[in-house]
Amino acid sequence: MGMNVNLCGIELDNPVIPASGTFGYGYEFAELYDINELGTFSFKGTTREPRFGNPTPRIAECPGGMINAVGLQNPGVEKVISEELPKLKKVFHKPVMANVSGFSVADYAYTCEKLDKEEQVGWLEVNVSCPNVHGGGMSFGTEPCAAAEVTRAVKAVTRKPVIIKLSPNVTDIVSIARACEDAGADGISLINTMLGMRVNLRTRKPVIANTMGGFSGPAIFPIAVRMVYQVAKAVKIPVIGMGGVSGAEDVIEMMLSGATAVEVGAANLVNPFASRDIVRALPEAMEKYGIQNLKDIIGGIQEWEKM
Amino acid sequence: MKQSIFEILTNTPLTTSVYKMVLRGDTSAITAPGQFVNIRLEGKFLRRPISVCDYDAETLTLVYKAVGSGTGQMAAMKTGETLDILTGLGNGYDLGPAGDAPVLIGGGVGVPPLYHLAKRLLAQGKTVHVILGFNTREEIFFEEAFKALGCTVTVTTVDGSYGVKGFVTSALPESYTYFYTCGPEPMLKAVYRATATSGQMSFEERMGCGFGACMGCSCKTLTGYKRICKEGPVMRKEEIAWA
Repeated sequence: MGMNVNLCGIELDNPVIPASGTFGYGYEFAELYDINELGTFSFKGTTREPRFGNPTPRIAECPGGMINAVGLQNPGVEKVISEELPKLKKVFHKPVMANVSGFSVADYAYTCEKLDKEEQVGWLEVNVSCPNVHGGGMSFGTEPCAAAEVTRAVKAVTRKPVIIKLSPNVTDIVSIARACEDAGADGISLINTMLGMRVNLRTRKPVIANTMGGFSGPAIFPIAVRMVYQVAKAVKIPVIGMGGVSGAEDVIEMMLSGATAVEVGAANLVNPFASRDIVRALPEAMEKYGIQNLKDIIGGIQEWEKM
Repeated sequence: MKQSIFEILTNTPLTTSVYKMVLRGDTSAITAPGQFVNIRLEGKFLRRPISVCDYDAETLTLVYKAVGSGTGQMAAMKTGETLDILTGLGNGYDLGPAGDAPVLIGGGVGVPPLYHLAKRLLAQGKTVHVILGFNTREEIFFEEAFKALGCTVTVTTVDGSYGVKGFVTSALPESYTYFYTCGPEPMLKAVYRATATSGQMSFEERMGCGFGACMGCSCKTLTGYKRICKEGPVMRKEEIAWA
């Protein structure tokens, strides 16, 4: 049985990738298990300057998921390179996916150029879809021209595969994915969180101090599958599917819908072993559904015959 | 940190809303008083963080208030039922700087984590003075439990229906070598101002994961950004930057 897939020219032992913001810079999870069991992981969204993020409370619970408004807390790209990556290198011996966010096109290019030079970085995942920051993040990913502009700027200063991470909070995700592909993106990952909100009935205030936040978890899985399907049909570059993935069968569903690899997010926050458990559960699920090699099922969905 | 299954031995009310749950399971990941566990509940997406009240080699005691639907669900659980629990979370209290006569100050459901702390300090031969603050007589729990350990106990009630009338700060002893506290943030602020010595304070924040991955519970301190769930929940008085 084969679980390996090829993501933008780099071979992965398996398609399972903990999503950015749910796995830190990896080394803390390495205290719990050997994180080399994973395909790779996408590290915490990194920006040019250090960020504390949004005021607390930043978390709300929902049936089937959670809302977060962390707001890209990270130590900034210089410290990620000087302090976080050396700690990771000791425990992770595979290429890592560097997740990057910014507040201007120049920010994205600056941070990506720095990380592109790091040996351990395999891919750059460019987040144009963070719903929790103002004047940046998602504002680049909700408009095809802006997404394309970021893509071009990053491609101009990097040599590693550039994957653009898209927001579901748009009217037409396909047009944005196509704009990124046309601008030179090597891959597309989707979906980031859905913009959501909860209200505390006792205080009558929003549960989250930033009012709104990104909704993730199993509840958004069907939306993610739909968008992965739509985008994978429309572009030729590889697509990474994510959004509410919580088991091996979800990985298969995403891959049938067109995903080359699959990210796991909120599930890691409930069960720190979730991503590893999914990797371990894949062979049995593959056997159950008669899958010899996972790479053979990418986009292998059987359409209904049109009447 | 460890993830394991615990079996409920007892789950009994201490007041109309506060419950004591004793569980059997693997407690080996718990290293200090003041740490917490994170409990998976049927039908709830996020786990529920609850401070450790007491533990030994095979049992874990949690004292919690049934405030929402999650803790309400816990209150309805019976002997023999099991829970998926992450143990050994957070830093816990550091016993090192306690001195000979530390004072322990707890408010409401901030009282439980002080219980195992008191045990440990007494085992080191310290004289332990405990101040337990509640709103009213009906809410009081653990006065006898701390006395049975050998602590000097003062109870305060805001409405004066029992013990010293007022807040915990009205009952601070004449002299003490150090303080440890846990309770609602307004109480922590008052303790911070009223105490003459250094000390450690345990904080609460709405958490996502409880083990440092999501950055949901970050706070600013005088020594940098900290995660309440990982570098906390216990902070030293000297590093606290009040919002």
